[in-house]
Amino acid sequence: MKKAAPFLVLALVLVWVASTLRAPRNPAAFDVQGFGRLPVLVNGRLKPLDTVARSSLLQLQGRQTVTTPEGRRLQPIEWLLDVAFRPAKADTYQHFEIVNPDVLAVFDLRTSEGQGEKRFSLRQLEPKIAELQRQAKLADQVESAVRTPFQRGVLQIYGNLVHYQRLRHAFVSPGRPDFLGDLLKFQDQVKAGVEAVRAKQAGQPHDEAAAKAMTDIGERFVVMAESTTFLVVPPEATNSDLTAWKSAGAALLDTFRAGTVNPAALAYAGFAHAWHSEKPEQFNKLVELFRADLSKRFAPQLRKCDLETRFNAAQPFYTSSVLYALAFFVALFSWLVWPSLLGRSAFWVIAVAWAVATAGIACRMWLEGRPPVTNLYSSALFVGWGAVGLCLLLEAIYRNAIGSVAAGAIGFSTLVIAHHLSLSGDTMEMMRAVLDSNFWLATHVVVITAGYSATFLAGFLGIIYVLRGLFTRGLDRPTADSLTRMTYGITCFAILFNFVGTILGGIWADQSWGRFWGWDPKENGALIIVLWNAIMLHARWGGIVRQRGFMALAIGGNIVTSWSWFGTNMLGVGLHSYGFTDAAFLALSSFVASQLALIALANVPLRLWRSSPAGA
Amino acid sequence: MNDVARQFRYFFTSLELTVVLLVLGMVLVFAATLDQVNLGIWAVQEKYFRSFFVLARIGDIPVPVFPGGYFIGGLLLINLIASHVYRFKATARQVGIQLAHGGLILLLIGELLTGLLQDDFSMRLSQEEPRNYSESFRENELAIVDTTDPKHDEVVAIPESIAARGETIQHPRLPFRVITRLYYPNSLIRNREAGTPASPAAIKASKGIGLNVDLTPLPITYKQDERNLPGAFVELVGSEGTIGTWMISADPRMPPQRFDYGGRNYTIALRFTRAYKDYTLTLLKFSHDKYSGTEIPKNFSSRIRLQTPGGADDREVLIYMNNPLRYAGYTFFQASFEPGNDKVTILQVVRNPSWLFPYVACSLMTLGLLWQFTIHLLGFIAKRRRPVPAAA
Repeated sequence: MKKAAPFLVLALVLVWVASTLRAPRNPAAFDVQGFGRLPVLVNGRLKPLDTVARSSLLQLQGRQTVTTPEGRRLQPIEWLLDVAFRPAKADTYQHFEIVNPDVLAVFDLRTSEGQGEKRFSLRQLEPKIAELQRQAKLADQVESAVRTPFQRGVLQIYGNLVHYQRLRHAFVSPGRPDFLGDLLKFQDQVKAGVEAVRAKQAGQPHDEAAAKAMTDIGERFVVMAESTTFLVVPPEATNSDLTAWKSAGAALLDTFRAGTVNPAALAYAGFAHAWHSEKPEQFNKLVELFRADLSKRFAPQLRKCDLETRFNAAQPFYTSSVLYALAFFVALFSWLVWPSLLGRSAFWVIAVAWAVATAGIACRMWLEGRPPVTNLYSSALFVGWGAVGLCLLLEAIYRNAIGSVAAGAIGFSTLVIAHHLSLSGDTMEMMRAVLDSNFWLATHVVVITAGYSATFLAGFLGIIYVLRGLFTRGLDRPTADSLTRMTYGITCFAILFNFVGTILGGIWADQSWGRFWGWDPKENGALIIVLWNAIMLHARWGGIVRQRGFMALAIGGNIVTSWSWFGTNMLGVGLHSYGFTDAAFLALSSFVASQLALIALANVPLRLWRSSPAGA
Repeated sequence: MNDVARQFRYFFTSLELTVVLLVLGMVLVFAATLDQVNLGIWAVQEKYFRSFFVLARIGDIPVPVFPGGYFIGGLLLINLIASHVYRFKATARQVGIQLAHGGLILLLIGELLTGLLQDDFSMRLSQEEPRNYSESFRENELAIVDTTDPKHDEVVAIPESIAARGETIQHPRLPFRVITRLYYPNSLIRNREAGTPASPAAIKASKGIGLNVDLTPLPITYKQDERNLPGAFVELVGSEGTIGTWMISADPRMPPQRFDYGGRNYTIALRFTRAYKDYTLTLLKFSHDKYSGTEIPKNFSSRIRLQTPGGADDREVLIYMNNPLRYAGYTFFQASFEPGNDKVTILQVVRNPSWLFPYVACSLMTLGLLWQFTIHLLGFIAKRRRPVPAAA
């Protein structure tokens, strides 16, 4: 039984993971999932509408679920359908998050009026939009680094309202009850109408009503085109540039020239009609036809969109973070009771969590066609992935649950960091020209990120050493020795990767810009990590520190690495007098403070320790 | 060996010194990073890395407060070399360390040479306009050009640092003396509105643009995206007394000012220090793509014609991100562009004769570290293989 138990745990975990991979179901008769898989071009990337819905929700309110005033929970794509095609209803959904009390005061709202005390609907915000615009204009004049929390809050909610407007104007004209009817009528009249307008301009006799109908609807199209950045209409069949997508408004304006309404724009008007008048058969038929038409030219892109939608629904990094947390506690308890049973179980849970994260990262790589690390978000994923990989290796060798505890903690916290970084929008951005080099992204960035992983892992092992030694009796001599050996080995790995990664960065700079080293903050940050690793090793070799001192230095590695990873990005923000309230800066400062406290604990005289890791 | 010598040797070969220097180096790099917010990247390099001591001004007196880059790097170099000479053993265990540290020595020397020898200039090319010089990012010069010969200009360029001193400058190729009457390290030029009197400055221009333009001093800027635009009033004095006083400014909007003296034509200007090349570059076409529907730059590229006067080289080159032109010891890379003007490209021109050092150094160090840690790892595995009592 004891031998079988860990495998039972493994089986249970696998069943749970498998359950997250099921295809999501349509909540009602509408094929909203099929709609969610349709591609649109946003911020330069072709992505499914499902991703648009989810990243919009994260941006507006930091979470992906919406509850209607009637208490129904909406899937993200249902929410998007309501926003785009049933705006009167969506305007009552409380999906704008406002936490700053001063910003709430602009709207004359109280926390008690918000869902969860912080989410509000457009209906609630509407009366004070003019005042918000005034405040946003004032805040916009201030340099971004020196804005007060209020000014940042104003600009954030203003930006979110703009984003919401863009969604509303992305497919149809939001003010019209029957836009499809408008378009069909327009289709019939456009030839005569254009002639009437021409005649009017030439001062000749003309049909005034026809001319006016044209200018009226033309103005609607202009408003649509100017109010959105979502390009939902694919390029015409004659256009060989597959990235030349258009907004629905721009495509509709083309009608005046072409004489026929763009079929994709018409299809979206059809979706609006079917959704609005609750005709699921019509909606589903349209999904089928539109997709069939797209697949003639965009089959590979559709495949990517399908996978991305499944990836979104499965949320592998969420699954993985839950498992990391679970494994962390199981491994921790293994130090108290049933070391072998719980230790093995934790190992398997970590292994599954890591496999899920690996699959998630691989999936992102395929979708982007890029190496794993392209921005801060993906670096958080990869730092965690690398550290947990090393932990699995350590655990396979030592089998004392130390690797599992470290893996659980680092895996979980890096995924939490990643989640917070994802709130600013789509995490798969296009690469700016300067960074557009897969070769260097794959070498320099990956290697240096692996170096970060290793330094953090060494630091975490140091923390385990200090906490276990000081507060429990668990840190006996063999455990202390093996912990030290692990930390030493990981530090060697860290200096190698940090050094090689830094150097590869220098070579990239030399190849691209003709100079190896520029002393810029990010480069300096990397150099500091290398120096720190070198200090640790030389201090150890020179006998300047022994076991305990070495562990304290390892914890210091956490500080220098977090500085290089995040601190350098805040330069000019965090150091500025106003910037201190910045949430990220606060998080980093508290982390640094906690590490300093741990280093102080490491220096508590040995006689006060509950364990005696002799030789320290 | 006597005691003092032994202590001396111990000091320079000790690991304690290594660790102390590494710690000092780390603190230096960190402080320099923070100070970039105030000083900008160039001033920081001069203050922290290309110096023996970091100087802080207490009152008006510069006081050394921390060892600088040359000091720490130099001692580290001595420490490294000394301990290797003293402790050198050609064993397999030592090879990795030797390689890694040998590489580090090369890296330090290379960085020293880079600091001494590297040039960094900018080159702004307009379409169809050949250009045979690059311009400094930070330095300026007072240029007096004899333009009498239509085929050939005779240039006398006085570095800003000399011109700013205000001493009388007598140059063998100029028939007059140059005296800087007033000098502002950073300044602003502004058209004087018609009818308003000249600013009540003690020095006034008696010739040229300065009759209609005001020059106002500005505080020195350290921002990375701004440059100081010095301005000055310069008097030229010939054998029969003063020729006139000109207002000059490094602001690119101010053209060189013409004057005649002794039957010859001259221009006078304060301009970005130029480095002339014996070849010309001409922008043929600048392209700049964005991702569809966004403002995110997708790529920049400049198609450029490279010509040498003798005709040995006359070809087209394409410079784009991550793909610079390397020619005659210089690297030209796509650095910037003027928003809204696709007829102009801005290249950065770098010369770094010691560019090979880091490559060699890094290969050595990487090899050394790999060797060293592989030996560690193999030793560790061999130890684990030995039968041990089953772990609890």
